[in-house]
Amino acid sequence: MATVLVLVPTADGAPDKVALQTLTLGAQLAAGGDVHALVLSDDAVAAGLGAWGATSVHVAKHPALDTPAPDAAARVLGDLADSLGAAFVVGPGTEEGNTILARTAARVGLPFAANCVAVTPGSPVTVTRSRWGGSLLEEAAIHADRAVLTLAAHVIEAVQTGGSAPVEAFTPRLDDADLAVRVVGRVPAPAGGVSLSDARVVVSGGRGAGSAEGFAPIVELASLLGAAVGCSRAVTIAGWRPHTEQVGQTGTKIAPELYVAAGISGATQHLAGAKGAKRILAINKDPEAPIMTAADYAVIGDMAEVVPAISAEIRRRRGA
Amino acid sequence: MRVLVCVKRVPAVAGRLTLTEDERALDTKYVGFQVGPHEECAVEEAVRLVEAHGGEAVVLTLGPAEAVEQLREAMAIGAARAIHLVTGGEEWDAESTAGAITDAIREDEAANGAFDVILVGNEAADSGGYQVGVRIGRALGRPVVTGIKGLSVADGTARCEQEAGGGRDVYEVRTPAVVAVLEGINLPRYPSVPGRIRAKSKPVATSSPSRPAQRLEMRRLVVPVTEAKQAQVLGRGAEAAPAVVELLASVGVL
Repeated sequence: MATVLVLVPTADGAPDKVALQTLTLGAQLAAGGDVHALVLSDDAVAAGLGAWGATSVHVAKHPALDTPAPDAAARVLGDLADSLGAAFVVGPGTEEGNTILARTAARVGLPFAANCVAVTPGSPVTVTRSRWGGSLLEEAAIHADRAVLTLAAHVIEAVQTGGSAPVEAFTPRLDDADLAVRVVGRVPAPAGGVSLSDARVVVSGGRGAGSAEGFAPIVELASLLGAAVGCSRAVTIAGWRPHTEQVGQTGTKIAPELYVAAGISGATQHLAGAKGAKRILAINKDPEAPIMTAADYAVIGDMAEVVPAISAEIRRRRGA
Repeated sequence: MRVLVCVKRVPAVAGRLTLTEDERALDTKYVGFQVGPHEECAVEEAVRLVEAHGGEAVVLTLGPAEAVEQLREAMAIGAARAIHLVTGGEEWDAESTAGAITDAIREDEAANGAFDVILVGNEAADSGGYQVGVRIGRALGRPVVTGIKGLSVADGTARCEQEAGGGRDVYEVRTPAVVAVLEGINLPRYPSVPGRIRAKSKPVATSSPSRPAQRLEMRRLVVPVTEAKQAQVLGRGAEAAPAVVELLASVGVL
């Protein structure tokens, strides 16, 4: 039995999906012990967390926590871990989760293991964690009294326990130093366009597009399918497309129903961003390209011929 | 303006990953080395800040003797000098890496004054620890912003933009500050030939910090087993289009 504290970030009145997976991990680590969830500000979310494995929910209420303030969040998390005597402090392996947990660990000089895919309690606690965007795994030991870690996204499924948990609001202690880093403004999203990370279909082009102009057929097909346009790192480095469209370890991780990868060889860095796709259709001249071992379907041919032909066929069928 | 940028030498992995016999490192017999994509952009950002504001960009790495190649690359782009914390080639965990870098920063700042901005990659391309910049900032008592894709510095304030929900969140922090950047903050330039030649004579200060006990102790690496798929070939060339559209319809995305 262990006491576990789980950070549950929220957005738009809903808990982060990966944080719910983290609650499931938390329940496993607690092994019958207490699973405390920490929510910043958002009461509406707090009430529902018992159903996902929390045995106790803490809501930190402070005006400074209404917008992202990672040092403040890290302090609240660390102070609560102290008062609960938590053996594990865990959070979601997202940008937000990783920066907050890293700060919680740094505040008190504890090690921090980011993006774990498995955690084994013991002395020491051992973890398996993701490297190279998940292309490689590391087995490591955490030599500390308290294990501070994040759970890599989508490696375990969030399990509903159907339980309920008492919710307790509290006002955390925060100093000016905790508020030096906080969001002071927002640049709104450009109108239109399909979000790459949430798209049901992504149509991507790679080096095989040959030029910025070579992307016209990709954009056309994407628009016919209501899909997001993606690309490989080679394309953003060449300046053909903006980095916001890059699928990969250092770009966006996608999880569409269908991923159409045209003229993309399938480097490790690219596949690290595409492995959430349910199905991959590769269009490539080279039947031996690495993408073929990751793809479910393939068309062997030059994307400059194949992609316009697909668009034409869609139009023909829709016209009929 | 004084800017420090921290980089890490990592293998330029492309295809299948294979491990050394002791399973503690990637087998790099047949691969080259580079700095990770985030750090490539961090170097470019450091050079742009100095181009805009004057001053000096300094590049720092903790890594094996061979990592001087990556320092020279950064100096070819415009860093004025380098600090090399030379290791024996064994991996350092993020906490000890940050500790050694913090010590080196203190030493350099004692002689040359504070760095207005310390740039790091958001996470190392290989170990993906997400924390070296956070720990450096914490140790030096400076604000740290992470996940940054837009940066401007003026009047002692760093304006940092982070992608969030389609738009961008804006942070403003006082300098000196630590900024962890993501690829996409800029499009890095290629080093010029004269730049490479100049880089050869730029100074590299070396020291050999001792490696403390590792509290996040790597025990071994494992290449995850992924089932190699056999893609179903729908056809060749433009003639495959009807079969592709059939697939789109059957998947429900047409």
